[in-house]
Amino acid sequence: MATPIKVNRIGLEPQIYKGGKTTLCAGCGHNAISERIIEAFYEMGVDPKQVIKLSGIGCSSKSPAYFLGGSHGFNAVHGRMPSVGTGAMLANQKLIAIGVSGDGDTGAIGIGQFVHLMRRNLPIIYIIEDNGCYGLTKGQFSPTADVGSKLKNGVVNDLQPIDTCALAIQLGATFVARSFSGDKKQLLALLKAALSHRGTVMLDVISPCVTFNDHEGSTKSYSYVKDHDDPLEEVSFVPFFEDISVEYDPGTTQEVKMHDGSRLFLKKLEEAYDPTDKLAAMRVLHETTRRGEFATGLIYIEPDRDDFLRQLNVVDEPLASLPLERTRPSKAALDEIMESLR
Amino acid sequence: MSPTDVVSQEKPTQARTKVINDFSIQVATVNGSGSQTANLVLLRSILLMGVPVSGKNMFPSNIAGLPTWYTIRASKRGYVGRKKEVDFLIAMNPETAKEDVMTLDAGSAVVYDEPLKLNTLRSDLTFYPVPFDKLVTPVCPDAKLRRLVRNMIYDGILAKLLGIEMGMMEQALSRQLGKKAKAVTLNQGALKAGWDYADATFTKQDPFHIEKMNETAGKILIEGNAAAAIGCMMAGVTVVAWYPITPSSSLCESLIGYMRKYRTDKETGKATFAIVQAEDEIASLGMVIGAGWAGARAMTATAGPGISLMSEFAGLAYYAETPAVIFDVQRVGPSTGLPTRTAQGDLLSTAFLSHGDTRHILLIPSSVEECYELAMSAFDLSERFQTPIFVMMDLDLGMNNWMADGFEYPTRPIDRGKRLTADVLKKLGEWGRYKDVDGDGIAYRTVPGDGMPAFFTRGSGHNPKAQYSERPDDYVENVDRLNRKFETARNYVPAPIVDQKRNAKIGIIGYGTSHWAIDECRDQLREETQVEASYFRLRAYPFTQELATFIDAHERIYVVEQNRDGQLLMLMKLELSPERVAKLRSVLHYNGLPIDARSISDDLLSQEGFEVAKKATPASASSMTGGE
Repeated sequence: MATPIKVNRIGLEPQIYKGGKTTLCAGCGHNAISERIIEAFYEMGVDPKQVIKLSGIGCSSKSPAYFLGGSHGFNAVHGRMPSVGTGAMLANQKLIAIGVSGDGDTGAIGIGQFVHLMRRNLPIIYIIEDNGCYGLTKGQFSPTADVGSKLKNGVVNDLQPIDTCALAIQLGATFVARSFSGDKKQLLALLKAALSHRGTVMLDVISPCVTFNDHEGSTKSYSYVKDHDDPLEEVSFVPFFEDISVEYDPGTTQEVKMHDGSRLFLKKLEEAYDPTDKLAAMRVLHETTRRGEFATGLIYIEPDRDDFLRQLNVVDEPLASLPLERTRPSKAALDEIMESLR
Repeated sequence: MSPTDVVSQEKPTQARTKVINDFSIQVATVNGSGSQTANLVLLRSILLMGVPVSGKNMFPSNIAGLPTWYTIRASKRGYVGRKKEVDFLIAMNPETAKEDVMTLDAGSAVVYDEPLKLNTLRSDLTFYPVPFDKLVTPVCPDAKLRRLVRNMIYDGILAKLLGIEMGMMEQALSRQLGKKAKAVTLNQGALKAGWDYADATFTKQDPFHIEKMNETAGKILIEGNAAAAIGCMMAGVTVVAWYPITPSSSLCESLIGYMRKYRTDKETGKATFAIVQAEDEIASLGMVIGAGWAGARAMTATAGPGISLMSEFAGLAYYAETPAVIFDVQRVGPSTGLPTRTAQGDLLSTAFLSHGDTRHILLIPSSVEECYELAMSAFDLSERFQTPIFVMMDLDLGMNNWMADGFEYPTRPIDRGKRLTADVLKKLGEWGRYKDVDGDGIAYRTVPGDGMPAFFTRGSGHNPKAQYSERPDDYVENVDRLNRKFETARNYVPAPIVDQKRNAKIGIIGYGTSHWAIDECRDQLREETQVEASYFRLRAYPFTQELATFIDAHERIYVVEQNRDGQLLMLMKLELSPERVAKLRSVLHYNGLPIDARSISDDLLSQEGFEVAKKATPASASSMTGGE
């Protein structure tokens, strides 16, 4: 008897979740993120036909072509993916949106759309593949480059970086996390949790650029990030469809119930940290930044706030497929309008 | 007040015969003084008298305190374009009153706020001084409301002087204020105070009269923006993203009102639409493109500055082939320009909006009926051609009140374009998102969530299967197909309206709101100089075959436009033969005011070699300066 083919809970093979061959540099952190996305969507049993992949312009924004080949993708214009994603989700709220941006695409040209996306709590997983530089135009600084970080040619950044996580929390994002492309376990758990969240997930993943920003003096190099990664907690995720009872010590582990019934277990590492406390989240970001470290893990979560579509009070069905009889008012309605104008 | 103060000391020098239902009234007020209600009541009362009427608001880019003019034209012949001359002035604004009076033609009449003492300025006008403050006090005890009620007095004065029945005024008033009982009562009092005062005080000295006609039965009064909004709603729009900008804001605002009322699901109380006020015009179009890509009927409305900002996204939608409907309610540019004045200055830049070889389909309504109808066509065409459709309105059409027949309920089925279904897929065998299987340049599309094969949408080079490609042959094949699609569009866009006169040597080509002035101008040409002119009203870009035929049938063609550069003429030059181009001449009007018939006739006749008497341009409404 042949070995049974490995499938997920909706009967799909891992192969279905793969995408085209990457054209990014060998060793690029973005490829590792694509791999985690593939794993997370496979393991969560997400139907690729319901997924939309969105991106702006840049190395990061190329990556949606490299995962979930059976899903629709939209590689939009530079920095404006949030609006395209917003429109798509307004059209069909049953879709699952994953947007991939970069630190330049988000922090520079796209900061306006990023800011307003965070305010709306649109259901979307928004990933910043953050390497502190513009890879596709050969290594110029981006707005997330740290003060004192050095380019290959010796130029030192003296502008304040934008902390996309702090910004997202302040603006109202309901799931804010930071991870490192090299931390498979943490990133996978966060991505799965992201799929269980209804609202805006802002996931900043530090993802070193092996070609332009991986040298001595860079604060976004592999070795620097590895040495300065300060995980807030050990993240484990139990999806809603797995009936597992988890034994944990409430003194050291916090359980967060996700929107779809999944559970997140956050085991404290150093000091007590509560990711539902906005002020604590802002404090930890400021403190780790001051120490020259990166706080990683789930930084802030608000699982139950209404998402944008609920705020707009739209019908449950996708607007895009409503039949004409529901979208064209009756002749009586038109006549009533006409009469009011006479 | 002594009776001698009542009218001008001298009688108007010209003895004039009665002028019935053919004159214009201009109300000069201060912005924010609540004159809009009084003006609309006056407008509607004339409509209710059965007399064709139109209203145009000339307002500053300001909320309160700057001069504003509202012009009402009554025309027994049904002309609704702007009339260049003002016949009857209501001078309420001290700041402009003097100039407003000085620019009137002899024989005009002036109702003015008595303290302004305008009657000393000229002896060839009829003056009716009215002590507005004295009259308003007894009818409006609440001092805070007087400012709003005061203007209604001039409606009463005019009702008496022009012969508008008070019953019509009252009917118009209750239409305007609806169920606000207290406001209706107050305003009725003011209306009556005006009428009584005029009745007791004035002897009719001017020649202007409104007399009952039967030309407006069943007519509605509506702004083009509201008409377009109704069209969008009836087209089944589901996603709207917009950013406020004059003169387009009222399109989306009236749409919000209509949608809340008529597109809320009765059972669930939920909306069958999503309307989002975006962070800017770029995001507005981005949302529309995302929604169109995901299968929704989506739209935005903006003006020139927004169109400029949308440029990059417009190119993406053209190249990635996503539907989008964009209303451009044009105002005067370049840059911020004159934000509250009208123009047709975005035609050329919108036709080619974005970098690279980009071309867009433009629809150009002339009337409020066409705002309604072409709004519906725009959605059909955007899905049929999987491309942005720009509906080129202007401020005059969008924000002014137009008389129209009631809109017809749509009977034509909507066109959702070429969508891949299981049956189509079976028939085709193999599907490629950008593969032209029918030879019309239009490929079948799928949308997320429809269960059909997915594809990767991108603004970068792609092959028929939507795969990334930098191959020269893939690029050429793709952009040539887009051109083929544009050619196909010529057979789908609204055809021009052509009125070809036998033996006419000259033809006029016009579009948008110029139509109303051209219509009147043709009568002027015929009646004053026996010049017969054929007329071609363009309703869309790309051009259709009728254009060349029309040019060939005439010796000279006058292209009438409300821009400086003759933008339509330039577009025509790009594809017409040199012989046809040689026949084209421009008649241009670009001072921010709606084009008027007299200006076209004079320009055209002078180009035809006629002697045209030069007349000073009435400057009042165009002469506002300062106040930034």
